[in-house]
Amino acid sequence: MLNAGASWGRIFAVIMKEIKQLSRDRMTFGMIIMIPLVQLMLFGYAINTDARHIPVGLVDLSQTSESRALVQAVTATQSVDFHAVYTSLHDAEAAMTRGDVRATLYLPPDFSARLIQHPRYGTNPTASALTQPVGQWIVDGSDTVIAAAIKALRTMPLDEVANRTVSQTIPTFEVVQYFNPEQRTVVNIVPGLLAVILTMTMILFTATAIVREQEQGNMEFLITTPIRPMELMIGKIAPYVVVGMLQIMIILGVGYGVFSVPIAGSLMVLGIASLLFIFASLTLGLVISTIAKTQLQAMQITVFILLPSILLSGFMFPYDAMPQGAQWIAEGLPATHFIRMARAIVLRDADLLDLQADALWLGLFTVLGVIIAARRFHKTLG
Amino acid sequence: MSNAGKFAIEAQGLTKAFGEHIAVNELNFRIPKGCIYGFLGPNGCGKSTTIRLMTGLLTPTSGEITILGQTLAGHEEAIKQKLGYMTQKFSLYDSLTVLENLRFVAAIYGFTGTRRTQRIDELLHLYDLKNQAKQYAGSMSGGQKQRLALACATLHSPELLFLDEPTSAVDPENRREFWERLFDLCDAGTTILVSTHYMDEAERCHALAILEDGHLRADGSPAELMNAMPANVVEIGGEQLRQLKQALLQQSEVLSAAQIGAHLRVLVKKTQTDPLRFLALLCAGRPMQLARPSLEDVFVTCTGTRHDE
Repeated sequence: MLNAGASWGRIFAVIMKEIKQLSRDRMTFGMIIMIPLVQLMLFGYAINTDARHIPVGLVDLSQTSESRALVQAVTATQSVDFHAVYTSLHDAEAAMTRGDVRATLYLPPDFSARLIQHPRYGTNPTASALTQPVGQWIVDGSDTVIAAAIKALRTMPLDEVANRTVSQTIPTFEVVQYFNPEQRTVVNIVPGLLAVILTMTMILFTATAIVREQEQGNMEFLITTPIRPMELMIGKIAPYVVVGMLQIMIILGVGYGVFSVPIAGSLMVLGIASLLFIFASLTLGLVISTIAKTQLQAMQITVFILLPSILLSGFMFPYDAMPQGAQWIAEGLPATHFIRMARAIVLRDADLLDLQADALWLGLFTVLGVIIAARRFHKTLG
Repeated sequence: MSNAGKFAIEAQGLTKAFGEHIAVNELNFRIPKGCIYGFLGPNGCGKSTTIRLMTGLLTPTSGEITILGQTLAGHEEAIKQKLGYMTQKFSLYDSLTVLENLRFVAAIYGFTGTRRTQRIDELLHLYDLKNQAKQYAGSMSGGQKQRLALACATLHSPELLFLDEPTSAVDPENRREFWERLFDLCDAGTTILVSTHYMDEAERCHALAILEDGHLRADGSPAELMNAMPANVVEIGGEQLRQLKQALLQQSEVLSAAQIGAHLRVLVKKTQTDPLRFLALLCAGRPMQLARPSLEDVFVTCTGTRHDE
């Protein structure tokens, strides 16, 4: 631990050395800038949980003007695009197996008769014993996002098909969308990306930076000098705090400039939350560096932590939708807490008091990480 | 306390085991102050492990080390200030310049301000690195790297310097020059411990220990070791030396037979009082003569399996 003999001079010497090495390592330096930029562009444009223009097929056995009007009305929702017309259900099923289309709309031969009796079509909206659905959607249900988008078509109004002005139905609930009224996925993605990118770079950089000293033999010399393990560790990770803050600025800056993601909360609060997360990730990197013998091993362990940080932290899938066990695991990942904090601050203008539980968790991770790393670090010196 | 003043390093019953493997086995030795002491032995004999034990890099399984009159265990930090260590592999930073490497090491040893500048200037001059000061360490030649490593290891003017196979990556001329520098350091009062597997290097040491499989096989000055060698050296000439070698090795009195140029160099146990007559009986008619023992003969005599048969 950092005791009375600790020398700031030695820590400073390590920091300066590390900065010089970092600035000369073009590859790493480029990664610091390029990883957030590329990932943000990629995820910002690519990830969209709002499924639109799903390719679907059509089997129309009635071939009436009403059926054509219905197909037009369905196309107008923009949820699906009719890519192909099949003459039989059998052909349509084969096309779905091949993956040509994700769903098929089946309109039976008695479509017109069904339509006339349908309460949404007729002027008198009461169901009778003869009422049946006018058609059937056959959906590739393996992708739940696509299935849900088609499911939403189940109760679509038939006014347009009936050539009427669309009647206003009064919903049971009114829904007001706070914080992301336009329902753009990227608004939720950008604050989440802060955590994912920092998890990757912070853990990887610290873990490899220390393992590299061991691998290249620098450590053997350093151990025989008066430098203490704690001084070396602090000196080595300090520059990465700056690197982490730089990456956060890049992500939020590009998120704001390119994807118009607003920053609702105070930058001060965001800075504090980010620092807490950076420290937690850096100490995790330190712990890994005491386990890994080579840089390759350090990378493998980092990936082992990175994957759950992406999949369980709430970045990709809602935390609340996960089973209890997965939620416990998620609580053990610094990324989960930071994603919660970052989204709260960036999107909902939360302050630290609102987020004290997560802040405490991150603090706890840091303290625990430092203790474990310091103990294990001593052991590795023999 | 009289010993404390005389010896730089004392080791008693020094043992280091890695799991089942015993790398260093019950070593006892004393290294007097102000000398260059060599550890001679094949790869894997425990030289590096012993040096790591003495620098505090490893903790011994059992046994005791006294460095400059102070027990190592418990006083590692204080002793580290008095030690210099040049590792087997270049252990400075390739992506820093010579000057930056020296500055870094100086800062680690607590040198600041003009004291630091002066000492670094001195070392650049002493180790002939003035022209390379701004060059990246990674782009230098083996000899230059080695001089930089020595400069860094001696930056804080240690009383005791450990060198782990220092010249394995340099050519003979650089090796010669390097040893000149070691003698300069030794003259200035530094005790130096060198590990090596080169005979010519071992011969330059004031005293040396021969290690094998973690055991100390022999120690003393090169001359002492050669005199105390329990075998006579005979050089045999003639044709078909390979076959002769095989024949001679059948004899239990023959410790070793090695072809050196046009001769076969045969080590005969001293229990054979007249080695020439003994050999003449085995290979009549061949020219043969007694030869002066070399350090290699000493090494061969006290290592390998034949010596304790």
